[in-house]
Amino acid sequence: MLDFLPRLPLADWIDAFVDWLKNADFIFDSLTSFISAIIEGLDAGIGFFPSWLLIVLLTAITYWFAGRKTGLTAFVFIGLFLIDNMGYWDGMVLTLAIVISASLISVIVGVPFGIWMSKNDVVEGAIKPVLDFMQTMPAFVYLIPAVAFFGIGEVPGVVASVIFAMPPTIRLTNLGIRQVSTEAIEAADAFGSTPAQKLFKVQLPMAKVTIMTGVNQTIMLALSMVVIASMIGAGGLGTEVYYAVGRNDAGGGFEAGFAIVILAIILDRLTQSFSNGRK
Amino acid sequence: MAKLEVDGLTKVFGKKPKKALELLEKNKSKDDILQETGNTVGVNRASFSVEDGEIFVIMGLSGSGKSTLVRLLNRLIDPTVGNVWVDGENLAEMNDKHLRDTRRKKMSMVFQKFGLFPFRTVLSNVEYGLEVQGEEKESRQEKALEALELVGLKGYENMYPDELSGGMQQRVGLARALANDPDILLMDEAFSALDPLIRKDMQDELLDLQTKMKKTIVFITHDLDEALRIGDRITIMKDGAIVQIGTPEEILMEPENEYVEKFVEDVDRSKVFTVEHVMTRAESVNVEKEGPRVALKRMKEANISSIYVTDRERNLLGIVHASDVSRLVTENKDQLQEVIQENVPTTAKDTVLRDIMNLLTYQNVPLAVVEDGKLKGAVVRGTVIAALSGSEVENVGLSS
Repeated sequence: MLDFLPRLPLADWIDAFVDWLKNADFIFDSLTSFISAIIEGLDAGIGFFPSWLLIVLLTAITYWFAGRKTGLTAFVFIGLFLIDNMGYWDGMVLTLAIVISASLISVIVGVPFGIWMSKNDVVEGAIKPVLDFMQTMPAFVYLIPAVAFFGIGEVPGVVASVIFAMPPTIRLTNLGIRQVSTEAIEAADAFGSTPAQKLFKVQLPMAKVTIMTGVNQTIMLALSMVVIASMIGAGGLGTEVYYAVGRNDAGGGFEAGFAIVILAIILDRLTQSFSNGRK
Repeated sequence: MAKLEVDGLTKVFGKKPKKALELLEKNKSKDDILQETGNTVGVNRASFSVEDGEIFVIMGLSGSGKSTLVRLLNRLIDPTVGNVWVDGENLAEMNDKHLRDTRRKKMSMVFQKFGLFPFRTVLSNVEYGLEVQGEEKESRQEKALEALELVGLKGYENMYPDELSGGMQQRVGLARALANDPDILLMDEAFSALDPLIRKDMQDELLDLQTKMKKTIVFITHDLDEALRIGDRITIMKDGAIVQIGTPEEILMEPENEYVEKFVEDVDRSKVFTVEHVMTRAESVNVEKEGPRVALKRMKEANISSIYVTDRERNLLGIVHASDVSRLVTENKDQLQEVIQENVPTTAKDTVLRDIMNLLTYQNVPLAVVEDGKLKGAVVRGTVIAALSGSEVENVGLSS
């Protein structure tokens, strides 16, 4: 159909753009070492504890900080014990390190963007379609440029996860700040707050619950990327699933998948309870 | 110099307000301007001045521009044209820092829905104004506690706003505004969200506080009774423009036009009019130099049956009745002392008529109006009834 028109060389353009970006490889090199330092630090930090100690610690944290719910506390204990028992402990620690790194970077980059969006309608109008693009583009596609710039391993995995997982943090930071009641904003202004005082003393605290919902979503999306990222060499539980698929090993696949689900539930409930606690 | 001076203050909402301003100059109505330009007129050339220590009420129905007007007074909204002077300084010419300082030191605001910060305790809400000024934690907490005590919320400092009732939340709002010790309080429908009984309590409390603190208060309301109760002067607004400015009595007695007239039609005047308004000259004799004959002559001239007795300094001593005085004359005595009845019903100038109704009903003599023991005038039934029915007081003679 419409063969007489020349084909639009979109792929060529993107390739050219990616090639051009490679000129800035000194930036990517330093980024790579920076991100990899975060991941290794976290991995070593979490892995420093013997599994039994970490299980006890996490169970205690859940009990004290998540509203002393016995059901959830029991789930954390049994879930982590199962992961250790099935032999996925080291994989879980690395996965946790990757997810936390991706989430940290998403929050550090995403929250300021969200704030900027909330202050300026033009910026909001410009960033919104970009966020839609980032979220709807199939996550696999990010793997290709990630490999091109960051090689293989955990770092490109984290980068791809950040791109895929950051939008909810940006969106909900923007939304949360815009939802702060007019009277509270007027009160802040009427008492002579500087713009920074207004932001840190009124807007961000009042938007906190909404922002934390975004952070929770970001963590969940980052976790959903671990299997996909394992295709470019990011280790952890995702790799176990990926290998099981290759070996047609249903049992092993489900075991590793189960470990991911347990981790997801624990992370989800913990972050939710942090976001709701005021007093 | 007035504390707050407003001159030709106008706010037109929407893009390109220039055309709308031209139409305003031609006295086009708000609706016409909306039709022609798509711009909404918020406030239309308002001018007034508020004196130091005065409660200045701005009253109007919703959409009359009163909330916009109060936000122009601290530049939460920037005016399209016109000026506001606070202590002689033009608000429009201030840079950000100067404006912030003015808001911090000179004026604070109380909001209709309280505008409290839900994640802060009561104490830390009240501290906010001082906190942004960079005041030390200890001294600002001390001031905040004082302000809380002033509004009767001692002991609630560590609670959160949503744990308090509406009335108490607004007390927090008021304490927050007072903690800065500003000269000017802007109160935007501050009591409108409260239920009637609590609203009345808060009005009383505000008046109480005001006798102690003597702030300059600009109070916005849509409730005429509230306006009449607390206002030293009242401004009535319609469609963004000021219709009339005056004391409560002026508004009731001389409504500027039909709009105001309709507004005040149903007001309970007995709650607004004071004794001073209906008081007439009191006939009296000076006991130190005038005797029964003078008293009798004066009563005949004024066509009354009793007369007040005072000393040289016009201190009220009592009242004498015509029958007793004529007896003295026939007995040829020249001192009034022995027939003076000391039990005279009295009242003060600023008492509202409602509070003297009972006295008037059961007394056969007029009420003496007394200030510091001195006789200032008298109140008779006829003038009170005339005032309440809305007629001019001057038409009614003294008849008792």
